[in-house]
Amino acid sequence: MARRLPRKDVVIVGLGWTGSIMALELARTGLEVVAIERGPWRDTAADFNIGTAPDELRYAVRHDVFLRPRQETLTMRNNPSQTALPIRKWGSFLPGNGVGGAGVHWNGQTWRFLPQDFRIRSHMTERYGAGILPEGNFIQDWPVSYDELEPYYDKFEYVAGISGKAGNIKGQIQPGGNPFEGPRSREYPTPPIKQGHSQELFAKAATNMGLHPFPRPSGTLSVAYTNTYGCTMAPCTYCGFCERFGCANYSKSTPQACVLPALVREPTFEARTECEVTKVNLSGDGKTATGVTYVDANGEEWEQPAELVLVCAYALFNVRLMLLSGIGKPYDPASGEGAVGRNYAYQTGTGSTAFFEDVKFNPFAATGSLGMVIDDYNGDNFDHGPHGFVGGAYINNAYTNGRPILYHPTPRGTPNWGSAWKKAVRETYQRVTNVGAQGSVMSYRNNYLDLDPTYKDPLGRPLMRMTFDYQDNERKMANWMADRCDEIAKAMGAKTTQVNRLVGPWSVVPYQTTHNTGGAIIGSDPKTSALNRYLQSWDVSNVFVMGASAFPQNAGYNPTGTVGALAYWALDAIFKYLKSPAPLVQR
Amino acid sequence: MTSGRMASIARLSYAALMLPLLGTGVAHADSDNYVEVARGKALATAGDCVACHTAKGGAPFAGGLALQTPFGAIMTPNITPDNTTGIGSWSADDLARAMHDGRRPGGGYLYPAFPYPYYTKVTRADIDAIYAYLRTLPPANNSVSRNTLPFPFNIRLSMSGWNGMFFTPGTFAPDSSRSAEYDRGAYLVEGLGHCGACHTPFNAFGASKADRYLQGNQIDYWTAPNITNDMQSGLGKWSVDDIVQYLKTGQTGTSLASGPMKDVIENSTSKMPDPDLKAMAVYLKERGAAGSPTPAPLPASDRQMQAGEAIFIDTCSACHTRAGTGVEHLFPKLAGNVVTTQDDPSSLIRIIIAGGRAAATDARPTSPAMPSLGYRLSDEQIAAVVTYVRNSWGNAASPVSADAVRGLRARVTGPAD
Repeated sequence: MARRLPRKDVVIVGLGWTGSIMALELARTGLEVVAIERGPWRDTAADFNIGTAPDELRYAVRHDVFLRPRQETLTMRNNPSQTALPIRKWGSFLPGNGVGGAGVHWNGQTWRFLPQDFRIRSHMTERYGAGILPEGNFIQDWPVSYDELEPYYDKFEYVAGISGKAGNIKGQIQPGGNPFEGPRSREYPTPPIKQGHSQELFAKAATNMGLHPFPRPSGTLSVAYTNTYGCTMAPCTYCGFCERFGCANYSKSTPQACVLPALVREPTFEARTECEVTKVNLSGDGKTATGVTYVDANGEEWEQPAELVLVCAYALFNVRLMLLSGIGKPYDPASGEGAVGRNYAYQTGTGSTAFFEDVKFNPFAATGSLGMVIDDYNGDNFDHGPHGFVGGAYINNAYTNGRPILYHPTPRGTPNWGSAWKKAVRETYQRVTNVGAQGSVMSYRNNYLDLDPTYKDPLGRPLMRMTFDYQDNERKMANWMADRCDEIAKAMGAKTTQVNRLVGPWSVVPYQTTHNTGGAIIGSDPKTSALNRYLQSWDVSNVFVMGASAFPQNAGYNPTGTVGALAYWALDAIFKYLKSPAPLVQR
Repeated sequence: MTSGRMASIARLSYAALMLPLLGTGVAHADSDNYVEVARGKALATAGDCVACHTAKGGAPFAGGLALQTPFGAIMTPNITPDNTTGIGSWSADDLARAMHDGRRPGGGYLYPAFPYPYYTKVTRADIDAIYAYLRTLPPANNSVSRNTLPFPFNIRLSMSGWNGMFFTPGTFAPDSSRSAEYDRGAYLVEGLGHCGACHTPFNAFGASKADRYLQGNQIDYWTAPNITNDMQSGLGKWSVDDIVQYLKTGQTGTSLASGPMKDVIENSTSKMPDPDLKAMAVYLKERGAAGSPTPAPLPASDRQMQAGEAIFIDTCSACHTRAGTGVEHLFPKLAGNVVTTQDDPSSLIRIIIAGGRAAATDARPTSPAMPSLGYRLSDEQIAAVVTYVRNSWGNAASPVSADAVRGLRARVTGPAD
């Protein structure tokens, strides 16, 4: 039986990017805030010593900072006719664990979505007719516009210190930036990071082809920066230990670097780590959350009553907690009804590997956000008429690392071991680069999340089941992008190239991307969305759910910039809600 | 929401604390006087009473911290108003006698680990305010053994002779030839601040050497730097504003506090009002300079310098940069930093062996760590890199031997603080 604790004003589930931002902003108003985090406390000074942080075996291979599948995993299948099986080792994506969440071990690529991404259904229909929308799609316009989110994108970028070059300031196109982006109110807080030789070749080739290269907006910083919370970051040293690692240099935009130093000083804030929230508790009529129940590291069960519950875990686990708590109606693919779990989406990755002869690239001098990019083929920045697909991708040339254990690309056909493999690794390491396309994924009736009927976690709760595969629209789009990548790779002067296409069913084994989106989406209609435009539950008005779970479908960008913007957008709404607690949108 | 009002009350009292501590003309303490209590709290903060009178993890002011002295450990007493284990039965006169004369209510002697040779300068009005504040603390029942010193130092009467030799009682006398600001700074530094307790060398009897006041000392294997206005190792290159920023925020931008000074800043000076910090800075800048002469730097061709440079490039330069410029507000600048050119290199050695953490304050909440590198650098390597840092980019100071590193390593290995 759970023991009841004294009431708090706000309980936050998960202390990653959105949880820490919410906690700081709310605690600063004097509210009593408790954040409950299932993983350990993590701090740059104590946990990421520069002498031991770049340990590829410990972090990249053995997944030291990730969630343990033994603690929680999910089951997966490609379509509803299959039986889902548990993921026992992370592959395709890498959920975080502990304070900072996935914000600890990300690469720091920090984008805004295009203005048209927020009204993609209307935009595509207006320009091409409804026929362009793929079969079985659940594509929705966002209930919030780019212009509404712009100040909040700006806020997040200035907290995170993002390094980049604006392409559009208040409608004026800026040389050197992304000319396709929506208008920004001002320049990035810090200038772009340095690029390597390969990126110079990419930029030159792209420019010659009439494309518009620009440096990737980066959460690994070019210069020292003190943010709006007084937290200081250092310039990146290009060590190339970003994704899968905590940054020991104070250079990567993380909750640890950007928010927690200020948050831990707030006298009304408290963090409880290694405590797993098992459920959001609801009042008898199910319309109000009364708090949460959690289990601490000793297995003791506690009830934490609170006035406001902010669900700030990773996108997938937000959805699971809602399903386990009975917040909103679970999605049923047979009837197409229900809101929680629908519109799950992901990301595509295709491209071209380019092998050169007379170059010496230095992939080890890298950061997770290094890279030159073109946005000419993203969103609807190009004419989709001849292609018959919806969506797009950015195309980039990047080195995120050249680490010794996992980075040793070889041409197709090379043996996997022995002297021939060694020879190929030696010859290829400094002569290979990749031109990659990271693409959008639309939402579909049969791509969704629900509770697994068979498999349970150690606390006896059903695991979440993911039903997902790439649909024809995404395959068409991603493979068309692969050809664009190959054109650029050849124009860069590659001797040979290998095109990497999207073939076969989606697999959980090779790493692709941790950009899992949807399942608790924002929308204008409570029948087809779990949250209103302020990320407030339609059904339980003192529950707000942060994160990429709110995306109605995924755009051709990394999600964190938009996750941050939505958090600050929701925060302003929460301040209004606190003055007069009620649904912010009438259903 | 339930706690909004509580928070605004907390803010209010905080605002009251930030009032300058001037205006000591308030008459005798009235225990119901909120202003007097707030003033006493601010004075107790300036004196950093909580630092010594709180055990690790213990109730604030309830004592029980073991102060290591060359004569043995002294356990700090409980100064909450608990009648049996604290000072609940003390009168204001009792506290004044302890502060001014180093004597207990019954007449027994206190040890100068309680810095009464400094506190003797505090005015009676200020002591009464501190007394009023201490009376408002929740009484904590915490019995502390007050007899931990070995023979013969456990004979408290021996302090009578010590006092005769080294203790000059008497409250602070302003110097009419100086500005009021200077005198205020002198009052705080020489009295409640008891800065000299750490920053002045000890003699063989554990007394501060009066003739080398504020010229630097070693505390718990950290260097407490020279804080006279000396150019080589003192505050000569710091402006008044640098000192104020350092005391207020924990850093000047290029120098970051760590070690015992981190605690002083976090518990005490960062909570003091700006005019008092400025007064202390003016006093420290104007009272004079004293220290060792600057030696000639070691030549770059020196073998230790060459080895040190190689280690520096591999291990240190990613953060402190090749030119020793560091990163503002985060990684200390080594070029021209007086911490690097102290006569006593202990801080440099120990921070490489065991690591350390910079102060965190409201103004500068990021508290970066120097990682411990003792596990992978030998005594010779640390000696070489410290020697290199002490003699590069315009720095000049005596070389460091592997023996010096060895001696310190044995004492400081353990988790970084």
